Amino acid sequence: MGKTAPQVVHTSDLKYIVRSADVEPLRVLSPDGEVINPDKMPELTDEQLKEIMYRMVFTRTWDERAINLGRQGRLGFYAPVSGQEGTMVGSEYALNKEDFICPGYRDMPQIVWHGLPLYQAFLYSRGHQHGGQIPEGVNVLMPQIIIGAQILHAVGIGMAFKLKKEKRVVITYTGDGGSSEGDFYEGLNFAGVYKLPVIFFVQNNGYAITTPFYKQTAAQSIAHKALAAGIRGVQVDGMDVLAVIAAVREAAEIARSGGGPTLIEGLTYRYRPHSMADDPTKYRTKEEESEWSQKDPIVRFGKFLAKKGLWTDEDTARVREEAKAAVNEHIKKAENTEKMTVPGLIDSMFEHTPPHLEEQKADFQ
Amino acid sequence: MAQMNMKEAIRDAMRVELQRDPSVIIFGEDVGRVGGVFRATEGLQQEFGEERVFDTPLAESAIAGMAVGLGTQGFRPVAEIQFVGFIFEAMDQMFVQAARMRYRSGGRYHAPIVFRTPFGGGGRAAELHTDALEGLAVQTPGIKVVVPSTPYDAKGLLISAIRDNDPVFFLEHLNLYHAYREEVPEGEYTVPIGKAKVVREGKDVTIIAYGMMVHTALKAAQELEKSGVSAEVIDVRTLVPLDIDTIVASIQKTNRAIVVQEAQKSAGAAAEIIAQINEKAILHLEAPVLRCAPPDTVYPFAQIEDIWLPDPDRVIKYVRKVLEF
Repeated sequence: MGKTAPQVVHTSDLKYIVRSADVEPLRVLSPDGEVINPDKMPELTDEQLKEIMYRMVFTRTWDERAINLGRQGRLGFYAPVSGQEGTMVGSEYALNKEDFICPGYRDMPQIVWHGLPLYQAFLYSRGHQHGGQIPEGVNVLMPQIIIGAQILHAVGIGMAFKLKKEKRVVITYTGDGGSSEGDFYEGLNFAGVYKLPVIFFVQNNGYAITTPFYKQTAAQSIAHKALAAGIRGVQVDGMDVLAVIAAVREAAEIARSGGGPTLIEGLTYRYRPHSMADDPTKYRTKEEESEWSQKDPIVRFGKFLAKKGLWTDEDTARVREEAKAAVNEHIKKAENTEKMTVPGLIDSMFEHTPPHLEEQKADFQ
Repeated sequence: MAQMNMKEAIRDAMRVELQRDPSVIIFGEDVGRVGGVFRATEGLQQEFGEERVFDTPLAESAIAGMAVGLGTQGFRPVAEIQFVGFIFEAMDQMFVQAARMRYRSGGRYHAPIVFRTPFGGGGRAAELHTDALEGLAVQTPGIKVVVPSTPYDAKGLLISAIRDNDPVFFLEHLNLYHAYREEVPEGEYTVPIGKAKVVREGKDVTIIAYGMMVHTALKAAQELEKSGVSAEVIDVRTLVPLDIDTIVASIQKTNRAIVVQEAQKSAGAAAEIIAQINEKAILHLEAPVLRCAPPDTVYPFAQIEDIWLPDPDRVIKYVRKVLEF
């Protein structure tokens, strides 16, 4: 982890920084669930290990059910997550409850595991204001549609924590596509200058809708972009939940002790479409999808746990049933939520509704 | 009481609020050590420290976005965009992220932010330093728009804006910064957001204006007086939320009106004001309400700026149009 001296190529009197040293992504478990990097194994009790597995299986099941609910018209906008459980569940698990999350629109698992009730996640998808009414004590912002905007909010929140001298960390997520946005660079740069307690977590799943990574950037890796901002950058095997936890814990510790920001690039894969309006057969091959499913985070971690006698297929089946039941319960709760009114929307524009808006309610009464 | 110009009054507003409220925080390009390119924040960092008043890297989207993040954590950010034309780099963070925070979160979060920026023509400045872009904000839900025209109002309105729990786009006419001084109380006071002001009473015509155009209108009114025309001048002060009642009361008296703005004619604040006059006072009008505004071109090259912007003569011309209708 960390920076190495860049290679310098001389051309007469000009010196160019061309390429930095290549990096090997941090990995703790092999795809077969063998511990290959014991030094980086995060400290976790057996209960914690099982909880992590529980969350990943739950998240995968929830994702499958959500896609189904979308087809039935019971959910609206939804960005599938299957394949990305390692980065999503792992990174949130590595943080404390008082740490803050600034999510992109796919990062529903993180904010739900951080405390947002599942039915509110469903309400967000259905397009109901209550979906964004984050409960007090849940330290997350609403999912962000404008890719990268959340990165700057994380900077502001990190600045707030630093000024108030709170030992809290803020994590923000975006994808490989998001790392091309101006706001991404501006965020890294600000966090570097002000030495803010921010973790920039890029889930590189290889595609921004249809655009493959090699068309997204000429950079060696997204982690290398940290060099431009003078901050710490690291790449992790995003299909290895233990590696993700190790990297995020270390970044959080550094941030909490005043050591500033870290950019973490998690290499992962999304099995399913970008959103329900997308067709991956148009830009990916079945071979590639199969290749990545060999690295599946849940299978890998499951094998690791099975070797320790901590998890069986029965456990997986049980969690799947629990997840289906929870999804059923929460989608019903979402569907039974009180309908919005336009006057209600009008009153939510400002703290005090100004006269002209007050008058505009007349069409809806 | 002290004699202050608009820049000094604006600085004093920030000083007063920095002192009174520890959650107020001021940042932007060059605002810290040097006190801003117009010295609007001069001395504030020295007085309150670098954690309250500081310089940022050159990135408007990040300035505005950082303000949004800070605003969710109990701070009251006053973010400076160095010149109005640079708000385009920050449009999403200002007009979407900040403006929608309360709505999107159902009130769980809000954005008590002031985005302040110098604007305004007549000084032969570089491109995009002087455009009147308030119309873009007027069309945007969730953000208030304030344009003071006097030092007294500037201080009181900025204090109100800082105390407001919703985002305020605060436009400071850069040619009014040093134009003149007037009596401005030291210490704290407020001028309410959402209230227009009759700055000159009259009975024959209402001239509605904001920013520098208030002064242009007053010059025109003086000239018109000589030929027996009594013009009432209204300083709008807040574009959103608009004080249509003060405007309507005036039109009920004069029956004729024009709106004067620096912004291009179409689809801006003047158009909205007239639409509201149309709804509330049509039967009191003896003539259509005209917009005395520059044409719908890009903001002009410096060499032709003075002809392009409304001047007292053009205001008088438009007043005569409605008088002779």
